[in-house]
Amino acid sequence: MVFYKSEGQQPLAYTQTKSSAKGEARVSIPQFLVHSPKDNVGVVVVEDLKAGTDMLGVITETDTTVRVKARQDIPIGHKVALKDLKAGDTVIKYGEDIGKMVGVAATGEHVHVHNHKTKRW
Amino acid sequence: MAAKKNGKSSHKSNLSFQGWRRENKRVGVRNHVIILPLDDLSNAACEAVANNIKGTMALPHHYGRLQFGEDLDLHFRTLIGTGSNPNVAAVVVIGIEDGWTKRVVDGIAKTGKPVVGFGIEGHGDIATIAKASYKAKEFVQWASELPREECGIEDLWVSTKCGESDTTTGLGSCPTVGNMYDKLIPKGIYGVFGETTEITGAEHICKERAATKAIGEKWYKVWKAYQDDVIEAYKVDDLSESQPTKGNIAGGLSSIEEKALGNLEKIGRSCTYIDVLGPAEAPAAGPGLYYMDTSSAAAECVTLMAAGGYVVHTFPTGQGNIIGNPIVPVVKISANPKTLRTMGEHIDVDVTGILRRDMTLDTAGDSLIDMVMRTANGRLTAAEALGHREFVMTKLYRSA
Repeated sequence: MVFYKSEGQQPLAYTQTKSSAKGEARVSIPQFLVHSPKDNVGVVVVEDLKAGTDMLGVITETDTTVRVKARQDIPIGHKVALKDLKAGDTVIKYGEDIGKMVGVAATGEHVHVHNHKTKRW
Repeated sequence: MAAKKNGKSSHKSNLSFQGWRRENKRVGVRNHVIILPLDDLSNAACEAVANNIKGTMALPHHYGRLQFGEDLDLHFRTLIGTGSNPNVAAVVVIGIEDGWTKRVVDGIAKTGKPVVGFGIEGHGDIATIAKASYKAKEFVQWASELPREECGIEDLWVSTKCGESDTTTGLGSCPTVGNMYDKLIPKGIYGVFGETTEITGAEHICKERAATKAIGEKWYKVWKAYQDDVIEAYKVDDLSESQPTKGNIAGGLSSIEEKALGNLEKIGRSCTYIDVLGPAEAPAAGPGLYYMDTSSAAAECVTLMAAGGYVVHTFPTGQGNIIGNPIVPVVKISANPKTLRTMGEHIDVDVTGILRRDMTLDTAGDSLIDMVMRTANGRLTAAEALGHREFVMTKLYRSA
């Protein structure tokens, strides 16, 4: 089976509501992924995620699922808080320290440069 | 057909490709004749020669005057390494004067490939262009008849560096490269990763991934030296918008630590690096994965790795870095569906399925290996087809 598309990439459809031709048994496409069960942030992996979405997440290391309600619109690739985070908290991703909170983010809120920064430099 | 080279058996792999075996036995996957300027002043003559003689390529760059010490050594090492790369069949060097021009020619000549140099002073551009054009014509016609032969995967040197990273590179495209290395390093290829600043935040992990404690210490010294001598010496803020870049931030990365952990996914789960190379230094410890001390800027890094002798480059990107290299095909891998949708013409391997959880990392790694082999066999990469030839010398400090 060839999974890569070497020529003429096409737009990819993500809407979870679009049920598979093969029926209900198809595994749902997650809205966010988490590297490690230790992480307190996940990564949104779909475009146009809207506040209020009941998101399905997958922890890739353990292949387990988790659900979080998005409290804000979060762009694809951006982080979502998996627990309530306050200023000074260490942000954990890949099971590792990726810097500190300099603002707050409640569970389901956007974690980015407005509330997170490096501990280096 | 089984690959049988230098008496080696074909048991290592059924992966083979058609390459050009050069005079020094290294194998290239391209057959370029390059017109290489020693210095900025000689770019115009080199471009004129490349315009005269079809099928040759000039590699203009910005430096080569009044450099000294380690910076000058790196300049020569980069030029000589570029000319020596097995993707290059023959080289015409042009410099403002004869002395340093000869130094580059002599360095490249050690490979045994055809190389000739011309100094401009005392002759002028026009006479130099004429003489160099005759030589370039001879070289390109000779190179055009060089046969390819079947080579085993162990003859392939594959480098990696990612760019315009975002969170999808750490989730998808970087681990895809890691999966490729986990599969191909045991088959005897040479690999290399670098980007000294972009290990910051993952330095504890990188140090541990050395083959021995001593190599780990050697790596740590290189990393620490850049932190102390450059970052700490010159920083005026927390490097916001430089590391991570504006593009990284747009893609969801918000700290250097986060970027570094994603970056390091490129070295996979099982391979360890067996030596630490200076910029543009050729590996000398046998097959395996190497670390090269490089900038994290894409064109500088790929130029240095090409000068180190690597012949195919694998380049994960999130937001869509469009880089290419004049002599080395750069294979782009992306897991970001928005990037595939908006600028898919730059991407060679689509691993967006990893984010949808309908493509395993193992499958993604296999599709990258397949594309690397197709590229080695002559398929033009997106960057080659689009004409990307970024050749950027690394400068260590101000010239005298």
